[in-house]
Amino acid sequence: MSEWWTYRPSDFLMFAPRTYWRLFELHNQAWWPAPWLLLPAGLFGLGWLVRRPGPALRAGACALAVAWAVVGWCFVRERYAQVHWVMAWGAWAFVAQAVVLAGLASRPDLQATTAPAVRRGGLLLCGWALLLQPLLVLPFGRPWTQAEVFGLAPDPTVIATLGLLLWASDESTFTRALLNAAWLLALVWCAVSAATLWTMGSAQGWVPFMAGAAAAGLRWKARQAP
Amino acid sequence: MVDRRTFSKPDRFDRRRWLAACAAALVATRSAQAAPGDAGGPLTRPIPSSGEALPVVGLGTWITFNVGNDAAARASSAEVVRAFFASGGRLIDSSPMYGSSQPTIGHALAQLKHPASLFSAEKVWVGDVASGAAQIEASRAFWGVPRFDLMQVHNLLAWQEHLPRLQEMKAAGRLRYVGITTSEGRRHAELERVMRTQRIDFVQVSYNLLDREIEQRLLPLAQERGIAVIVNRPFREGALLAALQRHRLPGWAAEMGCDGWAQVALKFVVSHPAVTCAIPATSQVAHLRQNMGAARGRMPDAGLRERIAAEVAAL
Repeated sequence: MSEWWTYRPSDFLMFAPRTYWRLFELHNQAWWPAPWLLLPAGLFGLGWLVRRPGPALRAGACALAVAWAVVGWCFVRERYAQVHWVMAWGAWAFVAQAVVLAGLASRPDLQATTAPAVRRGGLLLCGWALLLQPLLVLPFGRPWTQAEVFGLAPDPTVIATLGLLLWASDESTFTRALLNAAWLLALVWCAVSAATLWTMGSAQGWVPFMAGAAAAGLRWKARQAP
Repeated sequence: MVDRRTFSKPDRFDRRRWLAACAAALVATRSAQAAPGDAGGPLTRPIPSSGEALPVVGLGTWITFNVGNDAAARASSAEVVRAFFASGGRLIDSSPMYGSSQPTIGHALAQLKHPASLFSAEKVWVGDVASGAAQIEASRAFWGVPRFDLMQVHNLLAWQEHLPRLQEMKAAGRLRYVGITTSEGRRHAELERVMRTQRIDFVQVSYNLLDREIEQRLLPLAQERGIAVIVNRPFREGALLAALQRHRLPGWAAEMGCDGWAQVALKFVVSHPAVTCAIPATSQVAHLRQNMGAARGRMPDAGLRERIAAEVAAL
């Protein structure tokens, strides 16, 4: 691709905004009534995380592994990649993240952090992903049918993952490597999603951007603490 | 390495092409000022290499037809194509780069039982020339056509390898015209070199009320070499119209029979004598009809074109 410097992000946006948001509408229709089942399941997991972080962390990683696999295959590959050929590779990144999270779930040394601020940040991100992300249709004037639901849509699934990853700390090198990989894949998606939404002219791009920035900032701060 | 048997040497005198170019220029000059086609259909321009008439407004499919598996959106696209043919349109342009636009076109054409007036314009977009034939065949399968009328090298990608292959396909009757494309003002120097040294039937470039660079060299060169010109981005992908909509339509617009800025913008483009066809993209039947309306009625002459461009630039 010569004269690459002359290309703008909009040159790579090959679909209209209405086409993008219709993806979620069609996906929710196809998976109905899953959007209503995933919310209570997610809230249950959140409550369990607060009461019994150790086992809930591993169970949460396992559940998120399934969520990433489902979102990656059924949404990113089957729907998003139909209008954006780059997402054919994006789907494989979701599958890779599913493998990483499944690996984390199996690690006996995966523990919950004890830092209260980091825990609160994690809970806020998970709460946002479960409860508030779907409500973004309201300020942006979209129909309810286009709500982005955790476990079905990429952004809330990724943001909830960031929330869970904030709770996780490690003892071994291998677990740390898995955590780092999970962080990297989640943050890359936040950047991609933000860039896509901004290029579409949607201020909603600030959501994945701020979620990723906040999570990364909290993690960095936690690692600096003695 | 380009096979030099398949194209003319630079500036070599070719009587057939010269006569075709003169005829095309004469017809284009006359039709630029006439108001033909109101009763019988849209204004047409001849393809210089063959004389075949093409309506000056075609249909682009970048973004607008990339709707994935959305059955409702595909049905809407089919209605746009139906209205396109009903308005006398012929040329539909697409590319493998445009996501699911090709299957959407194929769906629409199947719904309409493959109108005979279709002029199919596609692109080969792969760096590996060995994969070009397979890509073209995949595109053909999506469209559901026996062959493409026009195959273009998309954005000059590997043109040195693709053009000879396309010329071979043309000689074998597997397509009718060969072309090359660029957009947004990129690589015009290289495109000019291709136009001077290669035997091509079409070139596709960006041109609109604000992006007029090609008037200096490429459009005159196209006329000189007898190359048809397809214009993409006549509305700058909607940005031009979005900016113009804030302003009242000037009086001269009504004189040209324009009912909106879209028709003004299109008439400006297609009234250039070197332009064969503009390909605005739309997903709405109402906009499609407006666009096709630009191919009818009075076209601005050179003086009015300059006035329009100056006034728009000043807005």
